[in-house]
Amino acid sequence: MARYSAFSIFRNALSGQKNWQRAWRAAEPNPSYDVIVIGGGGHGLATAFYLAENHGIRNVAVLEKGYVGGGNVGRNTTVIRSNYLLDGNTQFYEFSMKLWENMSRALNFNVMFSQRGQLVTAHSADQLDGFSHRANIMRLNGIDADILDRDAVRRLVPYLDFSDTARFPIHGAIFQGRAGTARHDAVAWGYARAADGHGVDIIQNCEVTGFLRDGNRIVGVETTKGRIGAGKVGLAVAGHTSVLGAKAGLELPIESHVLQAFVTEPLKPLVDHVVAYGADHFYVSQSDKGGLVFGGNLDGYNSYAQRGNLGVVCEVAEAASALMPCISRIRLLRHWGGVMDMTPDASPIICPTPIEGLYLNGGWCYGGFKATPASGWCFAHTIATGKPHPLIAAYGLDRFRTGHTLDEAGAGPSAWLQ
Amino acid sequence: MLPIECPCCGPRDHDEFRYGGDASVTRPAHDDPDPEAWYRYVFIRANPAGLHREFWQHVIGCRQWLVVERDTRNHAIASVELARKSPHSKSLARKSPA
Amino acid sequence: MSSNHKRLSMGGRIDREQPVEFTFDGRSLIGYRGDTLASALLANGVTLVGRSFKYHRPRGIFSAGPEEPNALVTLATAGRRQPNLPATTLELQDGLVAESQNRWPSLTFDVQSVNGLLAPFLSAGFYYKTFMGPTRRAWMFYEHFIRKAAGLGRAGTDPDSDRYDISHAFADVAIIGGGPAGLSAARAAAAAGARVALIEQDFLLGGQLLAEPSDSAAAKWLRQAEAELESSETVTLMKRTTAFGSYDGNVIGLVGQRDPANPRPAGEVLQTFTMLRARSIVFATGAIERPMIFSNNDRPGVMLASAARTYLNRFAVLPGKKIVVATGNDSAWRAAFDLAGAGAEVTVADLRAAPSTALAAEAGRLGVVVRAATRIVDLNGGHAVRRATLNEADGQSEATCDLVCVSGGWSPTVHLTSHLGVKPQYRDDIGGFVPGAFPADRFGAGSMMGIFSTADVIEDGHRAGTEAASFCGKSAPVPAPSKLDLGETATAPFREIPSLGRGKAFVDFQMDVTTGDIELAYREGYESVEHLKRYTTLGMGTDQGKTSNFAALASMAALRNATIPETGATTFRPPYTPVAIGALAGRAIGHHFKPIRRTPMHDWHMANGAEMLEVGLWMRPYFYRQSGLDVNEAYVAEMRSVRQAAGLMDISTLGKIDVQGPDAAIFLDRIYANGFAKLPVGRARYGVMLRDDGIVLDDGTTTRLGENRFFMTTSTAKAADVLSRLEFLLDTAWPDLRVAVTSVSDEWAAMSVAGPKSRAILNAAFPALDVSDAALAHMGLLESEWQGRALRILRLSYSGERAYEIYVGATAGEQLWSRLLEAGRPLDLKPYGVEALGALRVEKGHVAGPEIDGRTTLDDLGLGRLAGKRSGFVGDVLRRRPAFQAPDRQRLVGLECIEEGKRLRGGAILFLPGEKPYGHGRGRVTSVTFSPERGHHVGLALLSGDVASEGSEVVAVYPMKAETVRARIVSPVFLDPQGERLHG
Repeated sequence: MARYSAFSIFRNALSGQKNWQRAWRAAEPNPSYDVIVIGGGGHGLATAFYLAENHGIRNVAVLEKGYVGGGNVGRNTTVIRSNYLLDGNTQFYEFSMKLWENMSRALNFNVMFSQRGQLVTAHSADQLDGFSHRANIMRLNGIDADILDRDAVRRLVPYLDFSDTARFPIHGAIFQGRAGTARHDAVAWGYARAADGHGVDIIQNCEVTGFLRDGNRIVGVETTKGRIGAGKVGLAVAGHTSVLGAKAGLELPIESHVLQAFVTEPLKPLVDHVVAYGADHFYVSQSDKGGLVFGGNLDGYNSYAQRGNLGVVCEVAEAASALMPCISRIRLLRHWGGVMDMTPDASPIICPTPIEGLYLNGGWCYGGFKATPASGWCFAHTIATGKPHPLIAAYGLDRFRTGHTLDEAGAGPSAWLQ
Repeated sequence: MLPIECPCCGPRDHDEFRYGGDASVTRPAHDDPDPEAWYRYVFIRANPAGLHREFWQHVIGCRQWLVVERDTRNHAIASVELARKSPHSKSLARKSPA
Repeated sequence: MSSNHKRLSMGGRIDREQPVEFTFDGRSLIGYRGDTLASALLANGVTLVGRSFKYHRPRGIFSAGPEEPNALVTLATAGRRQPNLPATTLELQDGLVAESQNRWPSLTFDVQSVNGLLAPFLSAGFYYKTFMGPTRRAWMFYEHFIRKAAGLGRAGTDPDSDRYDISHAFADVAIIGGGPAGLSAARAAAAAGARVALIEQDFLLGGQLLAEPSDSAAAKWLRQAEAELESSETVTLMKRTTAFGSYDGNVIGLVGQRDPANPRPAGEVLQTFTMLRARSIVFATGAIERPMIFSNNDRPGVMLASAARTYLNRFAVLPGKKIVVATGNDSAWRAAFDLAGAGAEVTVADLRAAPSTALAAEAGRLGVVVRAATRIVDLNGGHAVRRATLNEADGQSEATCDLVCVSGGWSPTVHLTSHLGVKPQYRDDIGGFVPGAFPADRFGAGSMMGIFSTADVIEDGHRAGTEAASFCGKSAPVPAPSKLDLGETATAPFREIPSLGRGKAFVDFQMDVTTGDIELAYREGYESVEHLKRYTTLGMGTDQGKTSNFAALASMAALRNATIPETGATTFRPPYTPVAIGALAGRAIGHHFKPIRRTPMHDWHMANGAEMLEVGLWMRPYFYRQSGLDVNEAYVAEMRSVRQAAGLMDISTLGKIDVQGPDAAIFLDRIYANGFAKLPVGRARYGVMLRDDGIVLDDGTTTRLGENRFFMTTSTAKAADVLSRLEFLLDTAWPDLRVAVTSVSDEWAAMSVAGPKSRAILNAAFPALDVSDAALAHMGLLESEWQGRALRILRLSYSGERAYEIYVGATAGEQLWSRLLEAGRPLDLKPYGVEALGALRVEKGHVAGPEIDGRTTLDDLGLGRLAGKRSGFVGDVLRRRPAFQAPDRQRLVGLECIEEGKRLRGGAILFLPGEKPYGHGRGRVTSVTFSPERGHHVGLALLSGDVASEGSEVVAVYPMKAETVRARIVSPVFLDPQGERLHG
């Protein structure tokens, strides 16, 4: 695999761009693999990469029903943060943050990880106390966090509504300076290219239609490109985990819900951070291309349709205008929906399953993008060793039966309220 | 907007309703002591890509809980009935001690 | 040069009697009513209008509609900045101020046009391959410059001073598009008896018919149709209105612009967003002409053939004098003919070896030079085209020109139908995508269905209108219209096969994506259409690739040696054209973002110095300002007055639910963790509800008003959830229980009188009532009337003091509040706010929101005794799950600060003395207050059960303030553990 660098760009420019190689091979399936990862999204590709990179397991195929990165990794609002409160979440997301900080160099692919800082506004003393609790936990776990008062917020993001007519006046904010955004497609492509460089077969347009079993053991998969044998199978198809889980006979605590994302026309720099509204559902950042990328709340009913409801579009526009009055005149360019695996505690599920040789990675709700590297790292470990990586010990399926749930918001077991 | 044909109020936009999730799960009797039954009722979901029976309450209207059959792939609504009249509810009523 | 020197003296649909003044880049210019900014600029000879996104290449006006990729301007009229607006859709208005974009210092001399020279290094996706070093944070350095270079226009940061409205519209048949298909469909549907809404983005109806000469048969048909529809009572014509999205439930999102001729007073509505709900929809969205792909095809002076025809016939602008028309289909010839007829020198370069004899004959008649089997391959000229290079069978030649009209075929506009998942299907015979199978309530008509001759389009519109009306049950007989002879030739199918591998040939003008970029994407394996888009940014501009998507797809198909269907189809996302976010928000902004709930005593609070606090949607008194006291001093003063005399608190925000029916007691027994069946009439009881998963949902009191009637209160925050939950259980789980629940939250004003003097105050306020302890014991109820309204007095305490909750009909709330204060004045009764309320309950060890946080169980909160050995209530089984029984499970404790001069804070993390403060600790402080009784800070905490022994010490760590405080674990009841003050 030819390395990317400023020099490679220079050299290829001189030769009329004719000598660039494919970022990854157009692989067709072998009869069998040591490990098959189902799902060519960020998590699946990262898993394949770390299986090869960390565990030396290179006889691996990633099966993607469409094109690589066509699911949620290419549909999200690209926010990366590690501001989690609960034991089990805090450390996992911070580990992920650390992997992000080195990802471009590790993959030799610029994923444009931009640590521009994220702030969440607080609108009462009580809310700021809650944020302080979170910030305290972050600091005590070696994670950067700051609490800002109203004046400090105003200095940082003067374009928010600090007027007397604000419905929910800004009281302060929690800020994580290392949080930021990345170029989502590049994450999928970077992992695909790096995994391919290790010999992983990335097979697009290959939909898994069933599982091959020998007793309680998975021995392969049925696909639209035929049967493929496998020593182990990892499932990383967030959004559609229930559909594939059902084919394998898994009963899961997951519901699929639509979350919309929005982008505006490209503008000169306006929003220099990731800003989230603490009084409602709205968060925004500005892509390097110039579009404001933002999102809001779930549409609120089970859905596999990758499209959103107009009512929620309006709700998000209202929240956007309430927090950031100047956004009102800026025009929405595109909006779309992604299908989320929602779990009863809004935390993911990564674990071995009751079916031998089948490993599960799903239930990412709307937090999956930021978890991509750590998820891949820990899932690869879990598949390679058969034992959960310590950082994902809390993400077992069993936790709902035992009560060890990780409910950051305390919203309770109605998945659509999480 | 999803138009929900409320049996009491006629066709209304879904944003007048509160979603109540999967209506195909069976709630154990109030005094059922079986943890497995409650675990399955509270947490396990079929989550079909297709027809889904689900609860909606017309909160800005008659406040009745309804059972709606809706396709999760295209959001088309096949049927709406009062939860109290749905077969699911009747079977519960029969099981319930009077 | 003189103003409007490119304007013809006659013709067009502009009003020469109404000149309109505007400025472009500081230059004052004149146009006419009926102009767009683009047509007025062309009329004035302005051809250089903007700079491109990446290479800063000079760009002109390419189209005459919303597909415009190049001519984006910033409107800076009256101090408002609106960037990235296509000049082709801006209706000209007096005083309009437009600026070109993406150039510095000026449009003609732009420093960043040097990017063009760097182009070899700025290939598609080059940024993925570099900027990765030397340090891990290197990207932050490069990004700073990339961000500045990217973006199109600049947005203002001042709040939007414009207003937007939201409206709702309903129709039997919605027709999207006011061209020949839509007009014909509207006539047919209206004649069939349907209520019709016809949506047209332009300020004139007609669509492509507006490009026809005003004396043509087509124009005559348009005038007739327009007159008929305008006089129809069942047809709503919505001009200047864009259908931007098609949504579930047959909802079409519309954004309407004002007619600029009507002067707009400040603060008036700029745009109206309409949700149109229709029973059936006819999509008559037309088709968009495609460019030709050749070197330097982006130069100012390159224009779609149909656009040139539109500028000529609609706006009476002759955009060029020496014109090359490059095409491979018949429709572009019509432009050639009209332009020649207006006096231009026209050469048609047609890819086809033998264009039809009819066309050739007409060309001969008009003096149009025809060069068959000829492909345009290059253009010369910087800010304006000068020369075209043409490839013919027998070699290459050059043609001098000042305008190049291009037509690479037509793409049906399938955006709106795609929004709801109707997949576009490729039709080789027309070289384009048409919608796949429609659901029964949606119809397509005209060129969006691949029908291109105007007469056929009109006929098809009639069919679609009739069918859409019939779907709604409106099928009055409609005579079929006679087939029109518009004297036009059919449009030959054509799909441009882009030539690859030459100089810089643009596919997506706005995003500066070239054929070379597509080749590179292919070479690197980004060959699925979605990869191509994401890797090259193709179609990501404000025009959403309306003119570029097809050419890109065809290019990739050619590279892959695959058919177009094999290569894929792009997914279209709403909105069709960009929509101001403010329009979608309407009036729900600023103070009106969310409804404001006020209690009946709100005005009194405002008039009497209350600092108000948003609590959900409610406004509640936070504390009452007293001279010289900050909030911390004020709430302590309020606490003192409750403990020493009496305080009055507005508790109207509590949820109140009337529970009635023969099985009401059984019902309450099931929904509360503690029993209610044996509660005597006239008595109240504190109760806790659990969620199904065993976590505490809410707490409150319920009072038995009668054998079959109870009055329940809930917390302010959970009022709606609890009611819904009760209704859910009754409707779905226990329909056999004969119980009805009703919210009575807004029927009652509620206030609490708390403190040792509270009974005396009640005595004074209600001289006729017996409020003695014998008549009204603790947890007792007294029902009466006050000023003709229902009155309920419950003797309940949250603060730990003798206290009474008084409920009165809401309209009498403020009156009773004032009466109580008046009666209490001699006894030092003072109002208190939620901060003091919270502090009082902490002192008393009552849990509230910070403890009932959605993760705690009854046992965690020390309330396990309420349930005792009961079973059969909601949440009982799952609350017994193993995790909740673990010895280190965090449980409620009290803490008191034992370090002089320090204080506890909510959100502090608890560690054992000597333990390294790292990780998640042993628990956390949930609520604190300064305790006037104790003289120091006390708090409630959730602490691991295995270390929570009363009397031992913990360390509360608060890194955000670099504080470490020692605290002693004590009972959470800091005050009066025996409850004697309840009777004091």
